[in-house]
Amino acid sequence: MNALELHAVTYSYPAASEPALRDLTLEIAEGEFVVLAGGSAAGKSTLLGVASGLVPHFHGGRFDGRAEVCGMDLRSHGPAALAGEVGTLFQDPETQVVMGTVRAELAFPLENRGYEAVAVARGVEEVALALGIESLLERTTVDLSGGELQRVALGAALAGRPRLLVLDEPTSQLDPVAGDELLALLRRLNEEWGTTIMLAEHRLERCLAAADRVIALERGAVACDAAPSGFLEWAHRREPGLETPGAALIAGLGLGPPPAGVKQARATLRAAGLLPDVAAAPEPPGDHSRSPGGWRRHRAEGAPALQPTLRLRRVWHELAGGRAILADVSLSVRPGERVVLLGRNGAGKSTLLRHVGGLIEPTRGRVERSGRVALLLQNPGDYFVHDRVGDELDAEALREAGLEALADRHPRDCSGGERQRLALAIVTAGDPPAAVLCLDEPTRGMDRLAKRALADRLVERSGLGGAVVVATHDPEFAASFATRAVLLADGRIVADASPAELLSGGWYFATETARILGGHAGILTAVEAIARLGAGAGALESRA
Amino acid sequence: MTYLRRASPLHAARASVAAAYCAALVTAAFLSSHPLVLAVLALAVLGAGLACGVGSRVARSLWLSLPMGLAIVLVNALVTREGLTVLVRLGDGGPLGQLDVTLEALAFGAKEALLLVVVVAVAALASAVIDPDEVLRSLRRVSFRSALTATIATRMLPLLALDARRIGEAQRCRPQPPGRLAVMRAITANALDRSLDVAATLEVRGYGSARRPPRTRRAASRHDLAVAASAVALVALAAAWPAPFSYYPTIAGSFDASAFAHAAALALVALAPFTQRRGISR
Repeated sequence: MNALELHAVTYSYPAASEPALRDLTLEIAEGEFVVLAGGSAAGKSTLLGVASGLVPHFHGGRFDGRAEVCGMDLRSHGPAALAGEVGTLFQDPETQVVMGTVRAELAFPLENRGYEAVAVARGVEEVALALGIESLLERTTVDLSGGELQRVALGAALAGRPRLLVLDEPTSQLDPVAGDELLALLRRLNEEWGTTIMLAEHRLERCLAAADRVIALERGAVACDAAPSGFLEWAHRREPGLETPGAALIAGLGLGPPPAGVKQARATLRAAGLLPDVAAAPEPPGDHSRSPGGWRRHRAEGAPALQPTLRLRRVWHELAGGRAILADVSLSVRPGERVVLLGRNGAGKSTLLRHVGGLIEPTRGRVERSGRVALLLQNPGDYFVHDRVGDELDAEALREAGLEALADRHPRDCSGGERQRLALAIVTAGDPPAAVLCLDEPTRGMDRLAKRALADRLVERSGLGGAVVVATHDPEFAASFATRAVLLADGRIVADASPAELLSGGWYFATETARILGGHAGILTAVEAIARLGAGAGALESRA
Repeated sequence: MTYLRRASPLHAARASVAAAYCAALVTAAFLSSHPLVLAVLALAVLGAGLACGVGSRVARSLWLSLPMGLAIVLVNALVTREGLTVLVRLGDGGPLGQLDVTLEALAFGAKEALLLVVVVAVAALASAVIDPDEVLRSLRRVSFRSALTATIATRMLPLLALDARRIGEAQRCRPQPPGRLAVMRAITANALDRSLDVAATLEVRGYGSARRPPRTRRAASRHDLAVAASAVALVALAAAWPAPFSYYPTIAGSFDASAFAHAAALALVALAPFTQRRGISR
């Protein structure tokens, strides 16, 4: 029996002008690990909704064709009936936890299936042990971090051992460490429990190595359905926005096959004699000096000694109970600098940006700003108060943001990238222009093209003399725009260096290209690597 | 107003027993008209909160209820026509007629304010010590749809509070922050989205299958028995041995030994379950 079978499925949301899924026919066998790829609004979430029964039973709309989930016909089985066979995990951990304690949360789906008390107790213990969350069982859910909440939500989805697990960008709000842990868990569930996995994800480089198959959707239809290497070949030819940095590197060097992960890419480079010797690697570029405090202060190479536009002097943010969210943070940012703040969930990045934006006051220390600060927080939707995009901004600002075509649309109906642009235009509008632009996790749920466009806008803005400070979990995005990288841990700045130095040598806070090359010469992107290694490949060919 | 998991006898007791204890405190307050008894009951609730590790929550509620209590005292003094001991004559109050502030009206207002303080403090105690999951689970066995509504509501409240704070912060980031009405509209629109998300989660967790949760058999613990006995004793004591105190037309009642004994007995009964702390865990 297949985990999912679709025959000529076409689906439209209520009042939608176009179908979200078009004539979709596919089968997913039991035990497969399938990654769904595609840009924003390609139909990934809708397909997952079909697998969980939310489409059409919860969302309504028009559904044509036939769908079977774990042998159950979707026409006669809704999400509650499918819940025994299908576990579902959404993007936002906060809305996925409905009970007060972790134990109650894990017991909830089992109780809904009518399990006896003994089976409920056993199921809770087993899933907690399998996910390593047994220490959280007696904790209240309001006290959990984002990563812990996501693991608990995964536990609730897995309670009762469903045959099919559907996940919609489950790592988008997690730091690289928690994201990698979650993906490792999924791989283990797939290999050891035989659970079928359907995972929609924008950061494909994180999950392709675990996948058996990739289904790329384009405007609701299947554009590619192949093994990871076949998908990457297709992406290289047809949809570069979906190509992983590792695959772009290998293709750019004229090698093959496209690698699904770091290990495969290194093997290909090694076979071609292009894998750099990390032990003999030159120091990454950058101009550093060690401060008396022990951590490094960085000045961008060639940057003029301008007066800082933003200066944090020994800033502390302490809670009433005594815990410090920020501890003795000092940071200066000059005009034209593009600073990326990195660190795990709870490291203090968002709190630091709130201090910069003046939303909160330090309990000790001070923040000095030489001009207006524009702060874009994590949810662009929070900035919208009108029913029309055109009412949020004046016509000129709308035109500058390239959003004049959307003037009559409701802001909530815009795509993720469009909402981001609109919110950015709202906070940067007006006179005088903002001296500092701060963005908190701006790439959540964004596809690669939207991220590239955002990076270009940030570079353009700093070129006009504005400083940019961005908190992100996405090393690829950080490498695409930053001139300086700051790493926070437990509310302290533990490293302040060039992106080449900070993002190349590590494992979690590193780009895929840097991981493939083992941090060689501070190379962060496929373009840089092709330029540097391509010369080496040319030399090899000449010798031959 | 969220549940706080602590190691205390009241947390260790089952939710229904803890709820009965809180209800008994409120009942005892309603059965008492003596200000001394009400004041001691308020202190007993604070003591229970401290013994449960949620003292700051209860103290904050006491503090927050004081302005409302003062308002009750003032309004009662101005609108009540009863009482013979006139303290101030304020003259003609228009549609309110002759405004005479009497000692009796002030005293009665103070008693009502004390009653409010006790009720608010007990509500704070109840929200911190009664496990909502256990209550909802029991409710699901009785009425599925009511439990569904209650589940969404209990989950939505803290979520919406967080969202409202977040949206408020975002609006402060606009160069020209919009008016309150616009912000309220944004919060309301967001609440609709949020409720859909929570409802979708309930669906995929199988809530729509409407199966009753299994009955869990659990022997009564020493804390269940102690707290239940305290609840029964509180109501019995307040009903059977009232401390008389009347306010109109003149104040009749005294702060004699009997009143003090009655108040002390109520406080002792209310706090007795907290002397037994064996076998409790977080």
